[in-house]
This record gives sequence, structure tokens and C-alpha cells, in this order.
Amino acid sequence: MNVHQSRFPAVSRWLHWLMAVMVLAMLFLGVGMAASVSERYRLLVAIHRPLGLAVLVLVAIRLINRLLNPPPPLPDSIPSLQRVAAKASHVLLYALMFIVPLVGWGMLSAAPYPIVIYGSLRLPPILPQNPALYALLRQLHTDFAYVLFAVFLAHLGAALLHGLIRRDGVFESMALWGRRR
Amino acid sequence: MSEASDLIDQRAPRTGVRALVWFAVIGAVLLAVLGAFAYVGGWLSPHRLTQARMMAAFESAGGIHPGFRRNHAKGLCVTGWFESNGNAATLSKAAVFAPGRVPVIGRFALAGAMPFQADAPATVRSMALRFLPPGGAEWRTGMNNIPVFAVNSAQGFYEQLLASKPDPATGKPNPAAMQEFLARHPETVRALPLIRARTISSSFADSAYNSLDAFRFVNAAGISVPVRWATVPVQEVLPESGAQRASADKNYLFDELIARIQRQPQQWRLVLTIGQPGDPTADATLPWPEDRRHVDAGLVSIDHVSGEDASDGSCTDVNYDPLVLPSGIEPSDDPLLSARSAAYARSFTLRAGEKHEKAPSPVTAREVQAGAIR
Repeated sequence: MNVHQSRFPAVSRWLHWLMAVMVLAMLFLGVGMAASVSERYRLLVAIHRPLGLAVLVLVAIRLINRLLNPPPPLPDSIPSLQRVAAKASHVLLYALMFIVPLVGWGMLSAAPYPIVIYGSLRLPPILPQNPALYALLRQLHTDFAYVLFAVFLAHLGAALLHGLIRRDGVFESMALWGRRR
Repeated sequence: MSEASDLIDQRAPRTGVRALVWFAVIGAVLLAVLGAFAYVGGWLSPHRLTQARMMAAFESAGGIHPGFRRNHAKGLCVTGWFESNGNAATLSKAAVFAPGRVPVIGRFALAGAMPFQADAPATVRSMALRFLPPGGAEWRTGMNNIPVFAVNSAQGFYEQLLASKPDPATGKPNPAAMQEFLARHPETVRALPLIRARTISSSFADSAYNSLDAFRFVNAAGISVPVRWATVPVQEVLPESGAQRASADKNYLFDELIARIQRQPQQWRLVLTIGQPGDPTADATLPWPEDRRHVDAGLVSIDHVSGEDASDGSCTDVNYDPLVLPSGIEPSDDPLLSARSAAYARSFTLRAGEKHEKAPSPVTAREVQAGAIR
């Protein structure tokens, strides 16, 4: 075949896979923390907070990178409805990667808990103390995380579909390594 | 190398049976990820002890009381200060131990999930403190007037709650259930005589309160020592008397505390017990030997009191999470610290969301005002 798909720039691909690992780890840490009363709880919380901050910083960098290095166009073979779905899921993923950590930061502020990142390094509160607001944000933190996990599953499913069945180069365009022309 | 030339060949799509097989593989991958998520979240393990099950156990033992703490539900807010004498500054780099005065927001309470229980001498009393040094390195601690804790694990605590659940027929815990619990928990069998042998004093104000869990103090040189702490009353300790108990006042302990604080500040020495290598740090049911070094770190003074529902009920929305620690105090390997932190967080989240349906706290602002004229 004589049809080619452009790859994402290297910096975009590295940011993607780094954040994929981090976000997935955060989702599992979060759901594990919220259920746990075991001695692991303390460790899970101690990882969850700095990792969440790192996700927030990286997603901002990633958004800037996306504006500087726009993604390659999807192959012509993809129907318009799927293009819309792809676009919408990507917008949702970006939005949630901002919202979930910000809600986490906000809820800890409203509780109030000291927002310890490591040792004596703490984040300042971004909201005033308000228990009702805390309760609302705590619930939203969970709900948005579930939505993020659901969109992640859809994203993974679509990526595998492109890579294993359609084989249209969309998966490879984001892969860190693999077949190239 | 130009990125634009970084092209990938497209290949022919898989079709027919092959496509179906790969569909199945993709489905299996997604299911596996979903399953792992559900497993970590506890949905696939009905017997795993989770935060939700711990909360349910409190409700089974003490009833459902929206808006109240799930344990130590009956309480009173206080404020005051901690005057550090600097003695602990060589043990911990925490700002709170530098010589000087730090504001404190505290809470006195009775153990149990029942906010309307009548005060009784044997009910475990607690003192919770939140130290607020400038710079934000705050320290929160919850202490009890018992020498050791009755259990040494979250599982033990949970089983104890279930065993103490009142039998609907008698209104009292089922003795058989308690026997069965004790048979499985020799650490509790060892700890209970120590707890029962404590001197029960006349007041919240003349009680000593113990951290029970061990922590680690870390100084500026990075040297870490195991520590348990206690607040020891400066007030004369009087034994509990039957006359008090016979009073019709269901809140007699709280009312007496209110009156005392309004007469003059009540004070406690913050005493650190420094553990030796080999002293148990991971088991709150085990006492440390009597001859361990004690360090008097300073004086806690409580000079103001308010009902939990009062606008100045400064402790009401504080989760006295034992893992809110400044740099210089670290958790030990005691598993109860994680268990308490996790359970308190869930309790706090629940009651914060239930504020609008909360019944008035039993120790009211009226009693706080009445205390002034005694």
C-alpha cells in the first residue's frame, strides 16, 4: 500500500506515555486508597499527592506542546462520526487531567488538610475552609475519576482497535517505537 | 531529521475470523483492566475490611447519627495554647517544639459512636489537639485516658466493634460474641486488665491522655527516635466519686469541664516518652517499660470552651487525623496509624456531607454559658 500516516513528534509521544502511566497509576492508587484501612494507606496517600501535582504540571506542559506541535491528521479512511468521537474523547481526557487534580487540591484546601507534597514541602490552599464544599468536592473527585477511567478504557480500546484490526497507522503514530517506513 | 518525513506504512486491515479473534483479545484486555480496578477498589472482595465496612461497624455498634463523628461522637470544643519550653527541640526539628507559644484548637470527647450517651466514669475520655505554629507545619493528635489500646490492628478494632454490637433482645452486647472475639485476640486479653486497672479520675480536667500509638521524632541532624506522648494534668488528680455519677445530669463530666475552664485555664504537661531499641512501636496494646526517659516538652493551657454547634465551635470541622504531622514527627510502623487516618477521613467526609441533617450536639451552647455562673 502506498498510504502513510504521520507520527506525533517525539516530545508529544514521550509526554503521552509518561502521563498514561502516571494517570493510570493515580486511578489505581485513588480507588485503592479510598477503600483501604490497611497499613498501605499511608504510603498510597504519600504517593497520590505528589503524583497528582506532577500530573497537573505535566498536563499544562502537554497542552502547550499540543498547541506548538499539533497532532498529525487522522487517516482519510476514518469516518466523520469516529473523528468526532476521537476529538471529543481527547478533549474530555485533557479536561479531566486538569479537573481531577484541581478538585483534589481544592477539596484538601476546603477540609482543611495541610497539603503535604513531601517532607515540609506543602501546597497553599486554593479554597477557604468549608465543610459542605469539601464534601461536594470529595464526591466530585471520585465521580470525575470514574469518568476519567471510563474514557481511558474507551481510549485504550480504540487504540488497540487501530493497532490490531484496522492497522491504519493511528496506533503507531503515537507509539514510542515500532515499524516505520 | 524532519518530523514530517517520519511516516508509517499502513497495512491491510484484518477482516473476518481474524478480526473477530483480535476483537476478543481487545475485549479481554479491557476486561482485565476493569477487573484489576474493581479488585483494588475492594468490589471483588466482600470480606476485605474497607473504610465503608468500618463505618458500617460503627453504625451497628452505636446507631446512625448523621452529621456526627463516627467515633468519639459526644464532644466539646476548646481553644488555648501550647507553651514549648524547648526541651524537645533536640529530639524533633518540628517548629512546634522551638521555645515559644503556639495556638491550639482542641476537643474533649467520650469514646463511642453514640452522641447522646450519658457521661459515665468508665467511658474512655479523649483529648484531641491541633497545634498551629506559624508557617503551616501543623500537628494533630488524638489521645485517650487509657494506658494502652485494646487492639493492635484495624481488623481487631473492627471485630471488637462487631462483638460489642448491642443484642436487640437485651440492649447489651452478646457475651458469647465478646468471648469469641477475645479467643481470637490474645493481645486484647493482655491489654484489657491494664486498661481496667487505670485510675479513673473525677474529671476531663484531671485525666491524663496518651497517644497510644508510637511515632518517630526526627531532629535537625536526622536522628530518629521512637516516641509516645501524653498530656499529664497539672490540676490535682481526684478519684472519681459516686456522688458525681449519681447526679441526674447526663453531661456531668462535660459541664464540670466547662465550669473549670471558665474559672481558670486548665493545664497539661506534654510529656514525651522516648523508646529504646526493641520497644514495641507497631503494637499499641503493649506498654513500654516504666523506666524509659521522659521529656517534658511544655505546657498545654486550655482557656476557652464552646459547644460544637456554636459559631465559634472551632474544633467541629477538624479531622484529628493522627497522620497530620509536621516535618520532625513521623509515623512509626504502627498499622493503627494508617487505619485511624483512613477511618477518620471517611468519617469526616460523611459528616461534612450530612451537616444539614445533623441533630444539635448534646453539650449545648446554653450549658457552656451556664458554666460561667457556677
